[in-house]
Amino acid sequence: MAKRAAPEVNAGSMADIAFLLLIFFLVTTTIETDSGINRKLPPTDEIVDPPVIKERNIFTVVVNKDNRLLVEEDVMELSELRQAAIAFLDNGGGTGEEACDYCKGEKDTSSSDNPEKAIISLKNDRETSYKVYIAVQNELVAAYNDLRDREFSSLNPMTGLSYREAQKRYDDPRTSASDKAKLKPLLDEVKAMYPQKLSEAEPSKTK
Amino acid sequence: MSKFKKKKGGELPAISTASLPDIVFMLLFFFMVATVMRDSTLMVQNALPAADQIQKLDKKDRVMYIYAGKPSARYADKYGNSARIQLNDKFADVGDVAAFVLAERASKRQELQNVLTTALKVDGDTNMGLITDIKQELRKVNALKINYTTRVGDYTQNTN
Repeated sequence: MAKRAAPEVNAGSMADIAFLLLIFFLVTTTIETDSGINRKLPPTDEIVDPPVIKERNIFTVVVNKDNRLLVEEDVMELSELRQAAIAFLDNGGGTGEEACDYCKGEKDTSSSDNPEKAIISLKNDRETSYKVYIAVQNELVAAYNDLRDREFSSLNPMTGLSYREAQKRYDDPRTSASDKAKLKPLLDEVKAMYPQKLSEAEPSKTK
Repeated sequence: MSKFKKKKGGELPAISTASLPDIVFMLLFFFMVATVMRDSTLMVQNALPAADQIQKLDKKDRVMYIYAGKPSARYADKYGNSARIQLNDKFADVGDVAAFVLAERASKRQELQNVLTTALKVDGDTNMGLITDIKQELRKVNALKINYTTRVGDYTQNTN
């Protein structure tokens, strides 16, 4: 009798099994969305002596329960909000000490003095939809970012970055510490030119 | 006579696929390691709104999550149709938020306790009233850094 060799196990289908597992994991895992709009809430302690702010330095945005916008007492569409906010922030209507030499706005005396004084006040109803609220927040942040982009590019043309790109690079954990140290003063300078002063109304106490 | 048998020529030898499983397993392990599983199962609907002026969230260990939205279909008959808050794996009331934040904060390392961010993962169709309540609670316990977690997308997706 001839000696029989043990038959080899066919491993050809191993790949199929592994692919099946791979596809299963690909389909079932959800990649977490971990980005969003960062905000800082104000502390609760009551301010005893609230500073007096001129009416023209406040840009009021109200979102009502039907998700309609009222901006500076006028009805406005969401698509116009960004331009309106930019026009308000960049107005630079102040004179003398309050003048703003980098503003490119219309210097309207009935609008904000300078970006440091300009405050955007956002008020919403309890029945406003969260989606619309986020859209409004997004557009207001976009207005600040657009202005910061403009100033960052004109102040730092050698970096070849916009403010948004520079901030992204700064936030990236892979960026080296020396690059971060270089970017920080540039970013801070632009942030100081257009500080984000976005105030949200205290919810009314009456229910 | 085998001596003169012509050699088989011209045909390409079959490519060995023996290493294919190894390659696929490598991919499989990569995905298993790289993907993050949700640590709490979602009990609420969670279609996040879209925004494009977004910043990446901090490292994972510095974030605590608060979910809110309508209870998902399997919980709807038990918990109703109005928006609820979910903390960890349980439905909660607004009053529980402060205790949750304090507990989360206590569970983190000392040096991280002051840099914690609260990520609000809220369904787009929720009313702002609930979110305002959550924010008031967060202010009470001094958890002031918040992040409205969103999808990446144009804001116009939110209005229709």
